[in-house]
Amino acid sequence: MATAKVRVATVWLDGCSGCHMSFLDIDHRLLDIADRIELVYSPLVDLKVFPPEVDVTLVEGAISSEDDLEKIKHVRARTKILVALGDCSVTGNVPSMRNPFEVKDVLARAYLDPDLTNPGVPSLVVPTLLPYVRPIHTAVKVDVFIPGCPPHADTIFYVVAELLEGRLPDLSAKTRFGA
Amino acid sequence: MRRVFTLKIDDRDVSGNEEQSVLDVARENNIFVPTLCHVDGLTAIGACRLCLVEVQGVAKLLPACTTMVREGMVIHTTSPRLAEYRKMIVEMLFTEGNHICSVCVTNGHCELQSLAVKLGVDHIRLPYLNPIREVDASHERYAFDFNRCILCTRCVRVCEEYEGAQTWGVMGRGIESEIISDLDQPWGDSKTCTSCGKCVQVCPTGALFLKGKSVTEMVKHREFLPYLATMRKVGKNGHG
Ligand code: SF4
Ligand code: SF4
Ligand code: FES
Repeated sequence: MATAKVRVATVWLDGCSGCHMSFLDIDHRLLDIADRIELVYSPLVDLKVFPPEVDVTLVEGAISSEDDLEKIKHVRARTKILVALGDCSVTGNVPSMRNPFEVKDVLARAYLDPDLTNPGVPSLVVPTLLPYVRPIHTAVKVDVFIPGCPPHADTIFYVVAELLEGRLPDLSAKTRFGA
Repeated sequence: MRRVFTLKIDDRDVSGNEEQSVLDVARENNIFVPTLCHVDGLTAIGACRLCLVEVQGVAKLLPACTTMVREGMVIHTTSPRLAEYRKMIVEMLFTEGNHICSVCVTNGHCELQSLAVKLGVDHIRLPYLNPIREVDASHERYAFDFNRCILCTRCVRVCEEYEGAQTWGVMGRGIESEIISDLDQPWGDSKTCTSCGKCVQVCPTGALFLKGKSVTEMVKHREFLPYLATMRKVGKNGHG
Protein backbone atom coordinates (compact mmCIF):
# COMPACT_ATOMS: atom_id res chain seq x y z
CA MET A 1 0.00 0.00 0.00
CA ALA A 2 1.41 3.35 -0.99
CA THR A 3 1.77 5.79 1.90
CA ALA A 4 0.88 9.43 1.35
CA LYS A 5 3.77 11.58 0.24
CA VAL A 6 5.23 14.13 2.65
CA ARG A 7 4.22 17.60 1.53
CA VAL A 8 7.31 19.82 1.47
CA ALA A 9 7.59 23.55 0.71
CA THR A 10 10.46 26.02 0.56
CA VAL A 11 10.12 29.77 1.03
CA TRP A 12 12.49 32.60 0.14
CA LEU A 13 12.36 35.74 2.29
CA ASP A 14 15.28 38.21 2.65
CA GLY A 15 18.25 36.07 1.66
CA CYS A 16 20.55 35.66 -1.32
CA SER A 17 19.11 32.29 -2.52
CA GLY A 18 22.34 30.62 -1.43
CA CYS A 19 20.40 28.30 0.87
CA HIS A 20 18.23 27.20 -2.03
CA MET A 21 21.39 26.61 -4.09
CA SER A 22 22.76 24.51 -1.25
CA PHE A 23 19.47 22.60 -1.15
CA LEU A 24 19.89 21.79 -4.85
CA ASP A 25 23.46 20.71 -4.13
CA ILE A 26 21.93 17.66 -2.44
CA ASP A 27 22.08 16.47 -6.08
CA HIS A 28 21.31 12.83 -6.86
CA ARG A 29 20.26 12.15 -3.30
CA LEU A 30 17.20 14.26 -4.08
CA LEU A 31 16.21 11.52 -6.50
CA ASP A 32 16.47 8.94 -3.71
CA ILE A 33 13.80 10.74 -1.73
CA ALA A 34 11.83 12.10 -4.69
CA ASP A 35 9.18 9.40 -4.54
CA ARG A 36 8.54 10.09 -0.86
CA ILE A 37 8.04 13.85 -1.06
CA GLU A 38 5.86 16.21 -2.98
CA LEU A 39 7.24 19.73 -3.50
CA VAL A 40 4.03 21.72 -3.11
CA TYR A 41 5.46 25.25 -3.09
CA SER A 42 8.88 26.75 -3.75
CA PRO A 43 10.69 29.39 -5.80
CA LEU A 44 11.86 26.31 -7.70
CA VAL A 45 8.34 25.37 -8.85
CA ASP A 46 5.76 27.50 -10.56
CA LEU A 47 3.02 27.90 -7.97
CA LYS A 48 1.86 31.29 -6.78
CA VAL A 49 -0.21 30.39 -3.72
CA PHE A 50 1.08 28.73 -0.57
CA PRO A 51 -1.16 25.69 -0.10
CA PRO A 52 -2.74 24.48 3.16
CA GLU A 53 -1.58 21.44 5.15
CA VAL A 54 2.10 21.43 4.35
CA ASP A 55 4.12 18.93 6.41
CA VAL A 56 7.55 20.58 6.27
CA THR A 57 8.50 24.09 5.18
CA LEU A 58 12.12 25.22 4.86
CA VAL A 59 12.43 28.99 5.16
CA GLU A 60 15.42 30.83 3.73
CA GLY A 61 15.89 34.49 4.63
CA ALA A 62 15.12 37.01 7.35
CA ILE A 63 12.03 39.13 7.91
CA SER A 64 12.91 42.53 6.43
CA SER A 65 9.66 43.93 5.06
CA GLU A 66 5.97 44.03 5.90
CA ASP A 67 5.48 41.54 3.10
CA ASP A 68 7.97 39.07 4.66
CA LEU A 69 6.16 39.34 7.97
CA GLU A 70 2.76 38.61 6.46
CA LYS A 71 4.16 35.74 4.42
CA ILE A 72 5.83 33.99 7.33
CA LYS A 73 2.66 34.15 9.45
CA HIS A 74 0.65 32.74 6.57
CA VAL A 75 3.22 29.98 6.02
CA ARG A 76 3.37 29.09 9.72
CA ALA A 77 -0.41 28.74 9.92
CA ARG A 78 -0.32 26.17 7.09
CA THR A 79 2.79 24.22 8.11
CA LYS A 80 3.32 21.40 10.61
CA ILE A 81 7.11 21.61 10.93
CA LEU A 82 8.75 24.93 10.21
CA VAL A 83 12.49 24.88 9.58
CA ALA A 84 14.63 28.03 9.73
CA LEU A 85 17.14 27.35 6.95
CA GLY A 86 20.39 29.28 7.14
CA ASP A 87 21.79 32.22 9.06
CA CYS A 88 19.52 34.94 7.60
CA SER A 89 16.50 33.02 8.79
CA VAL A 90 18.13 32.03 12.10
CA THR A 91 19.98 35.24 13.08
CA GLY A 92 19.21 38.01 10.56
CA ASN A 93 22.78 37.68 9.24
CA VAL A 94 23.91 39.97 6.42
CA PRO A 95 20.49 41.63 5.82
CA SER A 96 20.51 42.67 9.50
CA MET A 97 23.69 44.69 8.99
CA ARG A 98 21.42 47.64 8.25
CA ASN A 99 19.86 47.43 11.72
CA PRO A 100 22.08 49.98 13.48
CA PHE A 101 20.93 52.57 10.90
CA GLU A 102 17.58 54.19 10.24
CA VAL A 103 15.55 52.92 7.28
CA LYS A 104 15.44 56.38 5.67
CA ASP A 105 19.24 56.57 5.74
CA VAL A 106 19.55 53.04 4.34
CA LEU A 107 17.19 53.90 1.47
CA ALA A 108 19.00 57.18 0.83
CA ARG A 109 22.33 55.36 0.69
CA ALA A 110 20.99 52.82 -1.81
CA TYR A 111 18.77 54.99 -4.01
CA LEU A 112 19.63 58.66 -3.61
CA ASP A 113 23.34 58.67 -4.30
CA PRO A 114 23.87 61.75 -6.53
CA ASP A 115 26.13 59.67 -8.78
CA LEU A 116 23.21 57.45 -9.81
CA THR A 117 21.79 58.13 -13.27
CA ASN A 118 18.25 58.17 -11.99
CA PRO A 119 18.14 58.62 -8.22
CA GLY A 120 14.80 58.00 -6.47
CA VAL A 121 13.39 55.74 -3.78
CA PRO A 122 10.94 53.23 -5.31
CA SER A 123 7.45 53.65 -3.86
CA LEU A 124 5.32 51.31 -5.97
CA VAL A 125 5.23 47.49 -5.77
CA VAL A 126 8.36 47.27 -3.58
CA PRO A 127 7.31 46.20 -0.04
CA THR A 128 7.86 48.64 2.84
CA LEU A 129 10.92 47.85 4.94
CA LEU A 130 10.51 47.21 8.66
CA PRO A 131 12.67 49.25 11.06
CA TYR A 132 14.69 46.14 11.93
CA VAL A 133 15.56 42.94 10.08
CA ARG A 134 14.56 40.03 12.33
CA PRO A 135 15.16 36.28 12.55
CA ILE A 136 11.94 34.40 11.79
CA HIS A 137 11.58 32.95 15.32
CA THR A 138 10.89 36.48 16.60
CA ALA A 139 7.58 36.38 14.70
CA VAL A 140 6.52 32.71 14.56
CA LYS A 141 7.33 29.42 16.29
CA VAL A 142 10.24 27.59 14.67
CA ASP A 143 10.67 23.84 15.11
CA VAL A 144 14.17 23.29 13.70
CA PHE A 145 17.08 25.74 13.34
CA ILE A 146 19.78 25.12 10.73
CA PRO A 147 22.54 27.74 11.14
CA GLY A 148 25.05 28.17 8.31
CA CYS A 149 25.70 30.57 5.44
CA PRO A 150 24.64 28.56 3.62
CA PRO A 151 24.24 25.30 5.54
CA HIS A 152 26.07 22.48 3.77
CA ALA A 153 24.02 20.33 1.41
CA ASP A 154 24.82 17.30 3.63
CA THR A 155 23.36 19.12 6.62
CA ILE A 156 20.17 20.01 4.76
CA PHE A 157 19.85 16.47 3.46
CA TYR A 158 20.33 15.07 6.96
CA VAL A 159 17.51 17.32 8.25
CA VAL A 160 15.13 16.36 5.46
CA ALA A 161 15.96 12.66 5.80
CA GLU A 162 15.41 12.73 9.57
CA LEU A 163 12.11 14.57 9.19
CA LEU A 164 11.00 12.00 6.60
CA GLU A 165 11.69 9.31 9.21
CA GLY A 166 9.48 11.21 11.63
CA ARG A 167 12.38 12.31 13.85
CA LEU A 168 13.38 15.83 14.89
CA PRO A 169 17.01 16.18 13.73
CA ASP A 170 19.77 16.76 16.27
CA LEU A 171 22.09 19.28 14.65
CA SER A 172 24.55 19.72 17.48
CA ALA A 173 28.11 19.82 16.12
CA LYS A 174 26.83 19.46 12.53
CA THR A 175 26.75 23.15 11.67
CA ARG A 176 27.28 26.61 13.18
CA PHE A 177 26.63 30.30 12.60
CA GLY A 178 28.64 31.27 9.51
CA ALA A 179 29.33 27.64 8.47
CA MET B 1 56.54 23.25 49.56
CA ARG B 2 53.09 23.84 48.11
CA ARG B 3 50.26 22.25 50.05
CA VAL B 4 48.38 19.52 48.21
CA PHE B 5 44.60 19.12 48.57
CA THR B 6 42.28 16.32 47.62
CA LEU B 7 38.83 17.15 46.34
CA LYS B 8 36.01 15.81 44.17
CA ILE B 9 35.10 17.11 40.72
CA ASP B 10 32.08 15.47 39.11
CA ASP B 11 32.33 12.52 41.52
CA ARG B 12 35.98 11.91 40.68
CA ASP B 13 38.71 12.07 43.31
CA VAL B 14 41.32 14.57 42.16
CA SER B 15 44.13 16.51 43.74
CA GLY B 16 45.56 19.98 43.29
CA ASN B 17 47.93 22.34 45.04
CA GLU B 18 47.21 25.63 46.76
CA GLU B 19 48.32 27.65 43.74
CA GLN B 20 45.82 26.00 41.43
CA SER B 21 42.31 27.10 40.54
CA VAL B 22 39.37 24.75 40.16
CA LEU B 23 39.74 25.32 36.41
CA ASP B 24 43.43 24.29 36.44
CA VAL B 25 42.64 21.06 38.26
CA ALA B 26 39.60 20.30 36.09
CA ARG B 27 41.69 20.71 32.94
CA GLU B 28 44.51 18.58 34.30
CA ASN B 29 41.92 15.84 34.66
CA ASN B 30 40.39 16.38 31.22
CA ILE B 31 37.16 17.74 32.64
CA PHE B 32 35.72 20.31 30.24
CA VAL B 33 34.71 23.67 31.68
CA PRO B 34 33.79 26.37 29.13
CA THR B 35 35.82 29.62 29.34
CA LEU B 36 36.08 32.83 27.38
CA CYS B 37 37.82 35.58 29.35
CA HIS B 38 40.37 33.13 30.73
CA VAL B 39 43.47 32.21 28.79
CA ASP B 40 46.40 30.33 30.28
CA GLY B 41 49.21 32.72 31.14
CA LEU B 42 47.08 35.81 31.86
CA THR B 43 45.75 36.81 35.28
CA ALA B 44 42.32 35.24 35.82
CA ILE B 45 39.64 37.88 36.38
CA GLY B 46 36.35 35.95 36.43
CA ALA B 47 34.64 38.35 34.04
CA CYS B 48 32.68 36.26 31.54
CA ARG B 49 31.11 33.80 34.06
CA LEU B 50 31.08 30.95 31.54
CA CYS B 51 33.16 28.79 33.83
CA LEU B 52 30.65 28.91 36.72
CA VAL B 53 30.51 25.67 38.70
CA GLU B 54 28.53 24.41 41.68
CA VAL B 55 30.45 24.00 44.92
CA GLN B 56 28.73 21.96 47.60
CA GLY B 57 27.86 24.06 50.64
CA VAL B 58 28.12 27.36 48.73
CA ALA B 59 24.80 28.88 47.67
CA LYS B 60 26.26 30.97 44.83
CA LEU B 61 27.78 29.60 41.68
CA LEU B 62 31.54 30.22 41.60
CA PRO B 63 33.80 30.91 38.61
CA ALA B 64 36.24 28.00 38.25
CA CYS B 65 38.98 30.27 36.89
CA THR B 66 39.26 32.43 40.03
CA THR B 67 38.27 29.91 42.72
CA MET B 68 41.29 28.27 44.30
CA VAL B 69 41.04 24.62 45.33
CA ARG B 70 40.67 23.69 48.99
CA GLU B 71 40.73 20.46 50.93
CA GLY B 72 37.55 18.42 50.65
CA MET B 73 35.75 20.58 48.08
CA VAL B 74 32.92 18.87 46.21
CA ILE B 75 32.42 20.43 42.78
CA HIS B 76 29.99 19.83 39.97
CA THR B 77 30.82 21.25 36.54
CA THR B 78 27.60 20.23 34.81
CA SER B 79 23.92 20.52 35.69
CA PRO B 80 20.79 21.67 33.88
CA ARG B 81 21.05 24.99 35.71
CA LEU B 82 24.68 25.55 34.64
CA ALA B 83 23.92 24.51 31.08
CA GLU B 84 21.08 27.02 30.88
CA TYR B 85 23.12 29.89 32.38
CA ARG B 86 26.05 29.22 30.06
CA LYS B 87 23.79 29.21 27.02
CA MET B 88 22.21 32.44 28.16
CA ILE B 89 25.60 34.13 28.60
CA VAL B 90 26.66 33.17 25.09
CA GLU B 91 23.33 34.38 23.71
CA MET B 92 23.73 37.71 25.51
CA LEU B 93 27.22 38.13 24.03
CA PHE B 94 25.74 37.63 20.56
CA THR B 95 23.01 40.23 21.14
CA GLU B 96 25.29 42.80 22.72
CA GLY B 97 27.57 43.35 19.71
CA ASN B 98 27.05 42.85 15.98
CA HIS B 99 28.20 39.31 15.20
CA ILE B 100 27.72 38.48 11.54
CA CYS B 101 29.79 35.31 11.44
CA SER B 102 29.41 34.71 7.70
CA VAL B 103 31.37 37.88 6.89
CA CYS B 104 33.76 37.87 9.86
CA VAL B 105 37.54 37.67 9.52
CA THR B 106 37.70 34.95 12.15
CA ASN B 107 34.73 32.87 10.99
CA GLY B 108 35.63 29.23 11.65
CA HIS B 109 38.38 30.05 14.18
CA CYS B 110 36.43 32.03 16.75
CA GLU B 111 36.11 31.01 20.39
CA LEU B 112 32.67 32.58 20.80
CA GLN B 113 31.38 30.85 17.72
CA SER B 114 32.73 27.43 18.69
CA LEU B 115 31.40 27.80 22.23
CA ALA B 116 27.95 28.40 20.77
CA VAL B 117 28.24 25.04 19.01
CA LYS B 118 29.62 23.30 22.05
CA LEU B 119 26.84 24.61 24.31
CA GLY B 120 24.05 23.94 21.82
CA VAL B 121 23.21 27.55 20.98
CA ASP B 122 21.55 27.28 17.56
CA HIS B 123 19.54 30.51 17.77
CA ILE B 124 19.36 33.56 20.03
CA ARG B 125 16.24 33.81 22.17
CA LEU B 126 16.87 37.41 23.28
CA PRO B 127 16.38 40.47 21.08
CA TYR B 128 19.48 41.73 19.27
CA LEU B 129 20.54 45.19 20.47
CA ASN B 130 22.04 46.32 17.13
CA PRO B 131 24.38 48.88 18.69
CA ILE B 132 26.25 51.44 16.63
CA ARG B 133 29.92 50.50 17.06
CA GLU B 134 32.98 51.81 15.30
CA VAL B 135 35.89 50.17 13.51
CA ASP B 136 39.33 51.64 14.25
CA ALA B 137 41.58 50.94 11.27
CA SER B 138 44.06 53.71 12.01
CA HIS B 139 46.91 51.37 13.00
CA GLU B 140 49.37 50.55 10.25
CA ARG B 141 49.23 46.77 10.65
CA TYR B 142 46.14 45.91 12.73
CA ALA B 143 42.49 46.85 13.05
CA PHE B 144 39.97 46.83 15.89
CA ASP B 145 36.33 46.07 15.05
CA PHE B 146 34.37 46.86 18.19
CA ASN B 147 31.30 45.16 16.67
CA ARG B 148 32.91 41.78 17.42
CA CYS B 149 34.32 42.61 20.86
CA ILE B 150 33.02 40.68 23.89
CA LEU B 151 34.90 42.82 26.46
CA CYS B 152 36.87 39.87 27.79
CA THR B 153 39.86 42.23 28.38
CA ARG B 154 42.42 39.66 27.23
CA CYS B 155 43.97 42.41 25.08
CA VAL B 156 44.17 44.77 28.06
CA ARG B 157 45.83 42.13 30.22
CA VAL B 158 48.36 40.82 27.72
CA CYS B 159 49.42 44.37 26.83
CA GLU B 160 49.94 45.23 30.48
CA GLU B 161 51.25 41.93 31.83
CA TYR B 162 53.65 40.94 29.03
CA GLU B 163 54.35 43.92 26.82
CA GLY B 164 54.26 46.44 29.65
CA ALA B 165 52.81 49.01 27.28
CA GLN B 166 49.35 49.47 28.84
CA THR B 167 47.94 50.73 25.56
CA TRP B 168 44.51 49.14 26.01
CA GLY B 169 42.00 50.07 28.69
CA VAL B 170 38.31 49.89 29.49
CA MET B 171 36.14 53.01 29.42
CA GLY B 172 32.55 53.34 30.67
CA ARG B 173 30.41 51.00 32.75
CA GLY B 174 28.13 48.02 32.16
CA ILE B 175 26.65 47.80 28.71
CA GLU B 176 28.32 51.14 27.85
CA SER B 177 31.81 49.68 28.39
CA GLU B 178 34.28 50.10 25.56
CA ILE B 179 37.83 49.02 24.85
CA ILE B 180 39.98 52.08 24.17
CA SER B 181 43.60 52.69 23.25
CA ASP B 182 45.51 55.25 25.31
CA LEU B 183 43.10 58.03 26.33
CA ASP B 184 40.43 57.03 23.80
CA GLN B 185 42.61 58.10 20.90
CA PRO B 186 42.90 56.38 17.54
CA TRP B 187 45.09 53.25 17.85
CA GLY B 188 47.30 54.48 15.03
CA ASP B 189 48.17 57.61 17.01
CA SER B 190 49.07 55.68 20.15
CA LYS B 191 52.34 56.74 21.79
CA THR B 192 52.45 53.59 23.92
CA CYS B 193 51.63 50.79 21.41
CA THR B 194 54.77 48.93 20.31
CA SER B 195 52.93 47.15 17.46
CA CYS B 196 53.90 43.79 18.97
CA GLY B 197 50.54 42.25 18.03
CA LYS B 198 50.08 40.18 21.20
CA CYS B 199 46.59 41.62 21.71
CA VAL B 200 45.59 40.55 18.22
CA GLN B 201 46.67 36.97 18.86
CA VAL B 202 45.00 36.54 22.27
CA CYS B 203 41.69 38.12 21.23
CA PRO B 204 39.16 35.24 21.13
CA THR B 205 37.02 36.79 18.38
CA GLY B 206 37.33 38.80 15.19
CA ALA B 207 37.57 42.09 17.12
CA LEU B 208 41.34 42.42 16.73
CA PHE B 209 42.86 41.30 13.45
CA LEU B 210 45.68 41.75 11.00
CA LYS B 211 44.94 44.12 8.14
CA GLY B 212 44.63 42.37 4.81
CA LYS B 213 42.90 39.31 6.26
CA SER B 214 39.57 38.59 4.63
CA VAL B 215 36.57 36.51 5.78
CA THR B 216 37.68 33.30 7.60
CA GLU B 217 41.38 34.13 7.14
CA MET B 218 42.24 35.38 10.62
CA VAL B 219 43.65 32.43 12.55
CA LYS B 220 45.08 33.35 15.95
CA HIS B 221 48.42 32.07 17.23
CA ARG B 222 48.73 31.88 20.99
CA GLU B 223 51.75 29.57 21.32
CA PHE B 224 53.90 32.47 22.48
CA LEU B 225 51.83 32.93 25.63
CA PRO B 226 52.51 29.64 27.49
CA TYR B 227 56.18 30.07 26.55
CA LEU B 228 56.38 33.60 27.94
CA ALA B 229 54.40 32.52 31.02
CA THR B 230 56.95 29.78 31.75
CA MET B 231 59.86 32.15 31.24
CA ARG B 232 58.28 34.64 33.60
CA LYS B 233 57.97 31.96 36.31
CA VAL B 234 61.59 30.98 35.77
CA GLY B 235 62.56 34.61 36.17
CA LYS B 236 60.65 34.88 39.43
CA ASN B 237 61.59 31.59 41.08
CA GLY B 238 64.97 30.90 39.59
CA HIS B 239 63.69 27.50 38.40
CA GLY B 240 60.95 26.13 36.11
S1 SF4 C 1 33.69 37.36 16.32
FE1 SF4 C 1 33.14 35.18 16.25
S2 SF4 C 1 31.00 35.11 16.88
FE2 SF4 C 1 31.48 37.23 16.33
S3 SF4 C 1 30.94 37.41 14.15
FE3 SF4 C 1 33.11 36.85 14.23
S4 SF4 C 1 33.08 34.61 14.07
FE4 SF4 C 1 31.03 35.21 14.65
S1 SF4 D 1 39.23 43.32 21.61
FE1 SF4 D 1 39.25 41.07 21.73
S2 SF4 D 1 40.62 40.62 23.47
FE2 SF4 D 1 40.05 42.77 23.64
S3 SF4 D 1 38.26 42.78 25.00
FE3 SF4 D 1 37.49 42.73 22.89
S4 SF4 D 1 37.18 40.53 22.45
FE4 SF4 D 1 38.51 40.66 24.28
S1 FES E 1 36.62 32.01 32.16
FE1 FES E 1 36.10 32.13 34.25
S2 FES E 1 34.85 33.88 34.31
FE2 FES E 1 35.55 33.88 32.23
